[in-house]
Amino acid sequence: MADKVLMKGNEAIAEAAIIAGCKHYFGYPITPQTEIAAYMAKRMPKVGGVFLQAESEVAAINMVYGVASTGTRVMTSSSSPGISLKGEGLSYLAGADLPALVVNVQRGGPGLGGIQPSQSDYFQATKGGAHGDFHMLVFAPASVQEMADLTVKGFDLADKYRMTSMILADGTLGQMMEPVSLDYEVKAPIEKPWAATGTQLKREHNVINSLYLKPEKLEQTNFERFDRYKQIEESEAMYEEYLTEDAEIIVTAFGIASRVAKNAVNMARAQGIKVGLIRPITLWPFPKQAYQNVIGKAKRIISVELSMGQMIEDVRLAVECKVPVTLCNRTGGMIVSPEQVLESIINASKEVNA
Amino acid sequence: MVVFDKPNALRDVPLHYCPGCTHGIVHRLVAEVIDELQIEGRTIGVAPVGCAVMAYDYFNCDMIEAAHGRAPAVATGVKRALPQNIVFTYQGDGDLASIGMAETVHSAARNENITIIFINNAIYGMTGGQMAPTSLPGQITQTSPYGRKVEDCGYPVKVCEMLSQLDGPEYITRVAVNNVKNVKNAKKAIKKAFENQVNGKGFSLVEVVSTCPTNWGLTPQDALKWVDEKMIPYYPLGVYKDRSNTEVK
Repeated sequence: MADKVLMKGNEAIAEAAIIAGCKHYFGYPITPQTEIAAYMAKRMPKVGGVFLQAESEVAAINMVYGVASTGTRVMTSSSSPGISLKGEGLSYLAGADLPALVVNVQRGGPGLGGIQPSQSDYFQATKGGAHGDFHMLVFAPASVQEMADLTVKGFDLADKYRMTSMILADGTLGQMMEPVSLDYEVKAPIEKPWAATGTQLKREHNVINSLYLKPEKLEQTNFERFDRYKQIEESEAMYEEYLTEDAEIIVTAFGIASRVAKNAVNMARAQGIKVGLIRPITLWPFPKQAYQNVIGKAKRIISVELSMGQMIEDVRLAVECKVPVTLCNRTGGMIVSPEQVLESIINASKEVNA
Repeated sequence: MVVFDKPNALRDVPLHYCPGCTHGIVHRLVAEVIDELQIEGRTIGVAPVGCAVMAYDYFNCDMIEAAHGRAPAVATGVKRALPQNIVFTYQGDGDLASIGMAETVHSAARNENITIIFINNAIYGMTGGQMAPTSLPGQITQTSPYGRKVEDCGYPVKVCEMLSQLDGPEYITRVAVNNVKNVKNAKKAIKKAFENQVNGKGFSLVEVVSTCPTNWGLTPQDALKWVDEKMIPYYPLGVYKDRSNTEVK
């Protein structure tokens, strides 16, 4: 076990990316993720990589598209308003089946919103985030260690499935410092025979493209992509269960909200309330099984979110409305307190035992 | 005996361009240059959105289709990942001078070592003849049916004049392909723009004043005349910036 180092979440993502073999970073300054760009600006020249501050988020994601077209690992990072600008590129990456890693260190919205932590880009991240039929792999770290681990995993799965991996973090995770181990066994990069690298006059030309003027062909391409998505939904969903075995109340939350929720679960357990936690680690694919497992056992699910309630819709779908789901939230950059979540748990406990 | 033949860098497929459109000529010039410099195997082209969107089917080198206006950003990524490869973009006036202006200006300012072929035919062709950033004052288009009024729509963007003010770019030039002499000059400019990249000199842009008989509502022959009579007076041909040459217009 290698020594742990104290790092900010944003820096952990950056260093983990470099360890994962990502030597190309393109970004544009925006709070609260600028540490990633600053870290890359310092580190990339030292590892023979490329750091480029683009003229806009739009340009940055299209530079990512260019590098990804060559089969080279590449990433960009931003925060909520910047991710909206990247939406065009995210759709083109999906349409051309290109692997890339995109980090969203979320802040409050809509519009210019604020610069404090938020989880209100859940819909944008999990339901597409731009035009057309597509998904991204969406990872929701809840610690600085996971910021790094899921970055490495994100690159591997992006390559494997030829799609974008998004790290959906928030301002708290980005800014806070925790000990982190960056001891990874890096896998050899997989072959990318589809990449545009020059034919060397030895093969037919490769074309990276998302245009299909014949609707039959576009439909078929989308069908094939969604076959791949189905396989991903069956094999790549990740979640953590905590004290769910005997729980009559389930608290569910991702990212930084799950840390608060776990505290509240422990406080409620100390009062004798049978409560557990389901924490999705992948938001797409959404870990439906975790919720289906508690149907017939749990009497109430509380979705704790730093938004007006977005993941709650997927939770309701996962339990097919067989368990009532309520919301415990703050938004606009405000963070739920353990006491607020505890109060929701106590109220729910009273109601289900009334 | 000289036998007219298809350049190796062009694929043996029918082009979709309208009769009298000069895209075909410019495609051929680019392909001839790729052949002459023997760089096809390491060249990667970036196609635009617009009439040349399907350029990815026409060139034999590896090709990437970019989002509208983003070709210079995509090319930047490709070149940064594969510095030994030759990267060119092929863009129209709406793509390069309207929606992609930021990407154009900043790739030039960075002196990205890429080659840009910029087709200026003063109109949006693919979408059916709307006003372009380069449409001439008074020019009638689908979205300027009473003629481009500069009071409302402003003036055309002169890309070469503007970019040549930047310290970054290596080579900025404007050519035309409406007669044999101009085609020959255009070939020379395109060749230089690729040679500059091969020699590591940096950003080279060739603006090609082109025709769109279909959307101009002219016969192919009259369209070539319109280039001489209307386009070239507004968009004078010549070298606007050439760091390797002190003779700058």
